Amino acid sequence: MFPTILFFAFSAVLVAAALGVILARNPVHSALLLVLCFFNSAVIWLLLNAEFLGIVLVLVYVGAVMVLFLFVVMMLDVNIEELRKGIAGYWPLAVAVAGFVVFAIVNVIVVRHLGGVALKVAPPLPANYSNTRELGIALFTRYAYPAQIAAVILLVASVAAIVLTLRRRPGIKPQNVSEQVRVRAKDRVRIVKMSSERRP
Amino acid sequence: MITLTEVLTLSGLLFAIAVAGVFLNRKNIIVLLMCIELLLLAVNFNFVAFSRFLGDINGQIFVFFILTVAAAEAAIGLAILVVLFRERRSINVEDLDTLQG
Repeated sequence: MFPTILFFAFSAVLVAAALGVILARNPVHSALLLVLCFFNSAVIWLLLNAEFLGIVLVLVYVGAVMVLFLFVVMMLDVNIEELRKGIAGYWPLAVAVAGFVVFAIVNVIVVRHLGGVALKVAPPLPANYSNTRELGIALFTRYAYPAQIAAVILLVASVAAIVLTLRRRPGIKPQNVSEQVRVRAKDRVRIVKMSSERRP
Repeated sequence: MITLTEVLTLSGLLFAIAVAGVFLNRKNIIVLLMCIELLLLAVNFNFVAFSRFLGDINGQIFVFFILTVAAAEAAIGLAILVVLFRERRSINVEDLDTLQG
């Protein structure tokens, strides 16, 4: 009974925070409410016995991605009023599309009961069940190659992000460290052999 | 106990809110990216729920990969956004009409 109460409490906060994300005037508030969304989702995943993914959601999303979002939102000097202009005209379409999505999903889940699949109760887990161990066994045996491809994707993404935002501004005089290290004495001092001269 | 219907309904609501957000904030690229993150979160909810109720760990592996790709997407998307702001001094979608689309 207690997990069900927790589930509904965190679900309510999650939906409210998601609404806040799309309705907030200030993008900073949107980002912070999205952090709240991720925290609530992590708790609900814990309730669904997906412990590893719940922790990963907090570590990766809240710890890395959302901090990146907040950093970019605060770095860019955006005129919010300009972006909010004309938002009233978008309301009918947004509500219509959202209503259609809810209708379609509820139709599948509640009215048709997922095509008759009986999945009312979650199967009980053994006493010594470890979600992290199960996930690790699957990830490093059957999904070993996909895991490496995921690693390459992350590497490419980090390189791409750096290359995209790297900028060389003309007209400034930065240090070129490799050139400074590479320099030798003969590049700077020239020793000239010459005969001695008599005073005129 | 939590039933599958409740979790799927929650994820459906989350998905619908995120889709509405895409339509509502169609001028602001930052909020659009946040709405995409919400969409992916809703999809991940479905994967986790079915993984639990079918007793199959493979769904959680998929969530793992979706998280990876979403993190890469967010990093590159925000990098493009920063470059865009430097060039145009704006993140309004309506200003991005170089290709005359």
